[in-house]
Amino acid sequence: MAIPRQKMPAQDPVERVGNFKEVNLGLTPEQAQQEALRCIQCKDPVCIAGCPVNIKIDQFIKLIAEGDFMGAVRKIKEDNVLPSICGRVCPQEDQCEKVCVIGKKHEPVAIGNLERFVGDYERTSGQKIDPKIAPPTGKKVAVVGSGPAGLSCANDLAQYGHKVVVFEALHELGGVLMYGIPEFRLPKEIVREELDGLRRMGIEFRTDVVVGRTITIDELMEEEGFDAVFIGVGAGLPWFMGIPGENLVGVLAANEFLTRVNLMKAYDFLKSSDTPVFDCKGKNVAVFGGGNTAMDAVRTAKRLGAEHAYIVYRRSEKEMPAREEEIHNAKEEGIEFLLLTTPLEFVGDEKAWLTGAKCQKMELGEPDDSGRRRPVPVEGSEYILPIDMAIISIGNGPNPLIHQTTPDIEVSKRETIVVDVNTMQTSKENVYAGGDIVTGGATVILAMGAGRKAAAAINEKLGGTAKNFNEW
Amino acid sequence: MYRIVSAIFLAENIKKFEIEAPMIAKKRKAGQFVIIRIDQNGERIPLTIADSDPEKGTITIIAQGVGKSTRELNCKEAGDSIADVVGPLGTPSHIENFGTAISIGGGVGTAIAYPTAAALKEAGNYVITINGARSKDLVILEDEMKAVSDEAYITTDDGSYGFHGFVTQKLQELIDSGKKIDFVLAIGPIPMMKAVADVTRPYGIKTVVSLNPIMIDGTGMCGGCRVTVGGEIKFGCIDGPEFDAHQVDFKNLADRNRIYQHEEKEANDTFAHECNLTRQA
Ligand SMILES: Cc1cc2nc3c(=O)[nH]c(=O)nc-3n(C[C@H](O)[C@H](O)[C@H](O)COP(=O)(O)OP(=O)(O)OC[C@H]3O[C@@H](n4cnc5c(N)ncnc54)[C@H](O)[C@@H]3O)c2cc1C
Ligand SMILES: Cc1cc2nc3c(=O)[nH]c(=O)nc-3n(C[C@H](O)[C@H](O)[C@H](O)COP(=O)(O)OP(=O)(O)OC[C@H]3O[C@@H](n4cnc5c(N)ncnc54)[C@H](O)[C@@H]3O)c2cc1C
Ligand code: SF4
Ligand code: FES
Repeated sequence: MAIPRQKMPAQDPVERVGNFKEVNLGLTPEQAQQEALRCIQCKDPVCIAGCPVNIKIDQFIKLIAEGDFMGAVRKIKEDNVLPSICGRVCPQEDQCEKVCVIGKKHEPVAIGNLERFVGDYERTSGQKIDPKIAPPTGKKVAVVGSGPAGLSCANDLAQYGHKVVVFEALHELGGVLMYGIPEFRLPKEIVREELDGLRRMGIEFRTDVVVGRTITIDELMEEEGFDAVFIGVGAGLPWFMGIPGENLVGVLAANEFLTRVNLMKAYDFLKSSDTPVFDCKGKNVAVFGGGNTAMDAVRTAKRLGAEHAYIVYRRSEKEMPAREEEIHNAKEEGIEFLLLTTPLEFVGDEKAWLTGAKCQKMELGEPDDSGRRRPVPVEGSEYILPIDMAIISIGNGPNPLIHQTTPDIEVSKRETIVVDVNTMQTSKENVYAGGDIVTGGATVILAMGAGRKAAAAINEKLGGTAKNFNEW
Repeated sequence: MYRIVSAIFLAENIKKFEIEAPMIAKKRKAGQFVIIRIDQNGERIPLTIADSDPEKGTITIIAQGVGKSTRELNCKEAGDSIADVVGPLGTPSHIENFGTAISIGGGVGTAIAYPTAAALKEAGNYVITINGARSKDLVILEDEMKAVSDEAYITTDDGSYGFHGFVTQKLQELIDSGKKIDFVLAIGPIPMMKAVADVTRPYGIKTVVSLNPIMIDGTGMCGGCRVTVGGEIKFGCIDGPEFDAHQVDFKNLADRNRIYQHEEKEANDTFAHECNLTRQA
């Protein structure tokens, strides 16, 4: 292979820890075309099956190679209306790029970077490509939650010609894209712009509506006249560890920390935001966990001025669920990794403020159910790690609100909503669900795939015709 | 945007607003609250729904200006708008006919207790209300409370009106008088709620308090509002805000509410400064 994988320019690590601006800067048009030429246009493009929404990868890449960037936009949008977002946050290394044939001998084609390029090209070109909408069917569908699952479901339903209203509990749309994933990985302006595309399709968005409190699912169908409901409320309820001292002042969930900083812009406190966040300047901050959320939280703490920002994880780096790229970025930014370490308790001063975490070293034992080697404590290895703030990032569970107020929707032992895997229908007639509320914390693109699948099933149920995505 | 229909001061620094929010007005129950955000830069703060008018599509909130956001809110007038009002949030008060129920409100807590006191009356309880204020000019909702109580008492710390002393002293007096008391609701500053819990505990009187932890989303997704009740972690916004007073770890709540003390002061000072600037202009 003559052409090397094009390297995306990025902000210098030293500079970027001082700001919340995006780290990766995107491929130039020349780079994108070069990268597109690396794709050998396989007869049987296996990459497509690696993508949960089956983007016609070979075709959009070909259009880039030919310099027809708007054509590439159109092609991607047949399957994914949020390319600027997915190109940034999808774990391509585990999906499309993992199976790309070039990857067998060389580095795989940078499919994600190309998708991002295409999405950004449209947003900055001044031209808009909006999907064709089928004639109105007269049917109304309510989508609960405006995260990736709800957005993709709403998009497809609108294209089928149904009237779609999205209900969102928060004051901003986007779910985790808005409150979870930080500005330096996914600028919020991009999320807003991609959402504008959905607005142009006639989808109605209603923020400040907590389904289960403001209105119930039964009321949506019986009083507001919705023919079907899609539930995409995510899994946003943070888990705590249940160890002593967890209620000390300075111990908080990653969700709280990230919501304050991202959604409420607390990094700009006293200027454009009234929401405070724990003052990290010159402090020691430890994040407990090893997923994307933990990486986002620790890098955020560093940007807020933390002197030491630690990741404390009970297994080794190999087992970390976070994206490789983000672990790499975190290391570049001076994040300190305390691996094979687990907290036993938090300790504080007489005013109940956190002063440290009593930690224990671990070693890897036999593999457990998940196939990962189980960490076992090393006797006598306890020590106190002095910290001023502890951010808990050990995962989230489903919020019980919907279940409590709509008891005829069946949930599993873990409180996730049970659905038919082919149609995403719940145990309740005309009610569908998808995304993290069904799977537990997963990925943006899997949530979008679930939303699309549900949209197709809802359309069939409502007697809509099959749409032709290609006809625009 | 949510339009303010009326805005009047009930006492110095305590203002009552009627806000257009039809869905919430229709749905809300006693004990529930809303989260509001004043404008694009605003923080999300919780305020109890003191009353509602489903016909008019309005809810009533009563806010005491204690820091930047509530003081900014209290600058709003009828005709102005608020960017976001979300609700009704929280689990409604558990209402039943207990027999004799005492509702105790301290300061702006009186406004928070009012809807629940009204619901207790509605459910057939013999309702006694004790509402405390620092002094006479800070007494709020006197007529409203009277209208929903069989006996209504006002206490003032300085004795300028009603009973001279704390709400807990009045409560102790009622208990000592041999009255059979089946239920106590106490809402106000944390030390007051703790003191009420301490008074009723030895008598085994079922006592409920409405907690005021720091909240952000109010929907159960951040854990910022967590409180310790009976040794377990509970989310104030989902499981509460009302909890069994005898199980609540008040010290932990008071400690945790101090986390942003420094930032709150900074925000408050900046706001004062801005106010002065506009006043000069
Ligand atoms: C910090 C963080 C970083 C992540 N990084 C990545 C990454 O790099 N790549 C990746 O692929 N995945 C990542 N994920 C996971 C990914 O974001 C989620 O899997 C995905 O967002 C799930 O989508 P969803 O639509 O199911 O739910 P969500 O995105 O959670 O959206 C649910 C929406 O529903 C709303 N809602 C909840 N309850 C109600 C209700 N009762 N009424 C109305 N609205 C309600 C919520 O406010 C929210 O807006 C990350 C997650 C987090 C937390
Ligand atoms: C369920 C609930 C119902 C409430 N109902 C009312 C009411 O009806 N009327 C009323 O006047 N007050 C009520 N409060 C209290 C009110 O939310 C706070 O006074 C307000 O948030 C203070 O904001 P600030 O910026 O003006 O003051 P700040 O200077 O920021 O804070 C002053 C104090 O208020 C508390 N506080 C600050 N931010 C928050 C927050 N986001 N959430 C909760 N508490 C906070 C802290 O303990 C702090 O010490 C209620 C609180 C809760 C939790
Ligand atoms: S597998 Fe790789 S080389 Fe083949 S079509 Fe897909 S991206 Fe191109
Ligand atoms: S306020 Fe966030 S969980 Fe209660």
